[in-house]
Amino acid sequence: MAATVLQVTNVSKHFGGIAAVDGVSFEVREREILGIIGPNGSGKSTLFNCILGQLRPSVGAVRLDGREVTGMRPSDLNRLGISRTFQLLQVFPQLSVRENLILAGQEHRGSMATRLFGPPDAGLTEAADRMIGFFKLSHLADEKAGGLSYGQQKLLDAAMAFMAGPRLVLLDEPAGGVNLTMLASLKERLQAINAEQGATLVVIEHNMEFVMSLCTRVLVLAEGKVLAEGPPEAVRNDPKVIEAYLGH
Amino acid sequence: MTARRSRLFAAIALVAVAAALVLIPLTLNRYGLYILSRWAVLAIAAIGLNLTLGYAGQVSLAQGAFVGIGAYTAAILTTSAGWPLLATLPVAIVLCFAIGWLLGYPALRVQHHYLAFVTLAFSTLAFLVFRNEEWLTKGIYGLMMNRPAWFASPLSFYYLCLGSLGVVSLATWWLIRSPWGRAFMALRENPIRALSLGIDTRRYTLMAFAIGSTLGGVSGVLYAPLVEFVDPTPFTLALSLDILMMVIVGGAGFFFGPFLGALIAVLLPEWLRFTQGFYLILYALLVMVLLVYSPQGLLGILDRFLADRRTRAASAARAAAAPTLEETA
Repeated sequence: MAATVLQVTNVSKHFGGIAAVDGVSFEVREREILGIIGPNGSGKSTLFNCILGQLRPSVGAVRLDGREVTGMRPSDLNRLGISRTFQLLQVFPQLSVRENLILAGQEHRGSMATRLFGPPDAGLTEAADRMIGFFKLSHLADEKAGGLSYGQQKLLDAAMAFMAGPRLVLLDEPAGGVNLTMLASLKERLQAINAEQGATLVVIEHNMEFVMSLCTRVLVLAEGKVLAEGPPEAVRNDPKVIEAYLGH
Repeated sequence: MTARRSRLFAAIALVAVAAALVLIPLTLNRYGLYILSRWAVLAIAAIGLNLTLGYAGQVSLAQGAFVGIGAYTAAILTTSAGWPLLATLPVAIVLCFAIGWLLGYPALRVQHHYLAFVTLAFSTLAFLVFRNEEWLTKGIYGLMMNRPAWFASPLSFYYLCLGSLGVVSLATWWLIRSPWGRAFMALRENPIRALSLGIDTRRYTLMAFAIGSTLGGVSGVLYAPLVEFVDPTPFTLALSLDILMMVIVGGAGFFFGPFLGALIAVLLPEWLRFTQGFYLILYALLVMVLLVYSPQGLLGILDRFLADRRTRAASAARAAAAPTLEETA
């Protein structure tokens, strides 16, 4: 059985009297693509933020490769190997596509002092160009990221998340606002990076088709709790899930 | 090919400007040399603020205070302790770096105009220390100081200022091309994303403040012998606003912005001297028009022009390639 990369144990997050996430536990195994779905307000993004250090869980623990990382700062978590994309576009618009990718990898090279006195590209130009090629953005390598189309920026956002060779990547609604052609390209690239480089992914997504065709396992959240968990087909046909999505 | 040609053009322009800065002053009188030296000194302070504000996106209204700290460090140590000017430089650097680092802490909690208010308060505090701590600064009576013997003549002192500007420029160029410069820009453009990419935004924010403030101090070490009399009057909030204006007018976040902005702030009053008391009104109007037209400053206009030209060239290339593509299809 594959090793456990991420272990979330009984995580809750309260805002005043409201439990946005309520005792959620799950594991993510090596090379897995786990989908997290749920209606609006079910606690998906809060759960992501608790895992990624943007929020500190009120209760519970998050472990990466068995090491407790609960409440660690996002930058420290990233250097430990957890990377992410955001629901809304988060690229650096004034930097070129290549510079965006070099930036995504540079803090994983040496110390602050060696980065200051080392080469300007931190020795990452080749790796950045390979990643740009992998996400089929080579013709845009020198363009400013702000000038790219929405779909291209989504691809760049994903490429940045993989640049440092992370242990685990959490993708927050990667398909949101992306047209069908670009969506197919994004899905195909994510599957390729999972197959070729053994990347472990957790995906929050509303687009059921995208989740069902991409993920190997799906976790359903409703009102902050785990409602169902299992292979995509089983989850799709689960009456509790249908009810949570369609209501009474 | 085009990129290589524009790099060559930029290199030639740079050499021409450097040659002009070395040769033209040979023909200038004492006052002309004072104005150019003032430009070089204030450009160093503006480069520092451009690093903090233009590249790292951290608002500061305290750069004038750091020029003051540098100037007082030089004046006190040369007059009271008899140090040579050069020896005061490391002291000013360490002092301004440390104070700048501490001033960066509020930036970890507040941003934008709130941060501006925090730095404004520091600026006022520094002015009060300069004015009221007479045991150290001689208060409103000020400190007289002489230029170092080797740089006593206006021309040689100008070359000292120009040489210092050259060294600071090269060091800054190195810094902004390094991964640090990229991290500073990430702070400015998207700190949340930067954090998620492993960038220690806390440390880089403090560094941006500390290095920017240090350059303010370096400027101050040269400012003191330039004016040869250090009193609190020049180091009010007005100086910080002047330096801020230099960065904004030249183009915040552009390497050459502070050079141009400082040139305009120092020379424009001279050019507008014929208008007598109206020069400040005219200056204010020009700045307002500029910022409405181009919030990115003068170099922002140039950048926009070059970007438009690149887009047109790319469109033309695509249009030219279209028939070929149709033929092959």
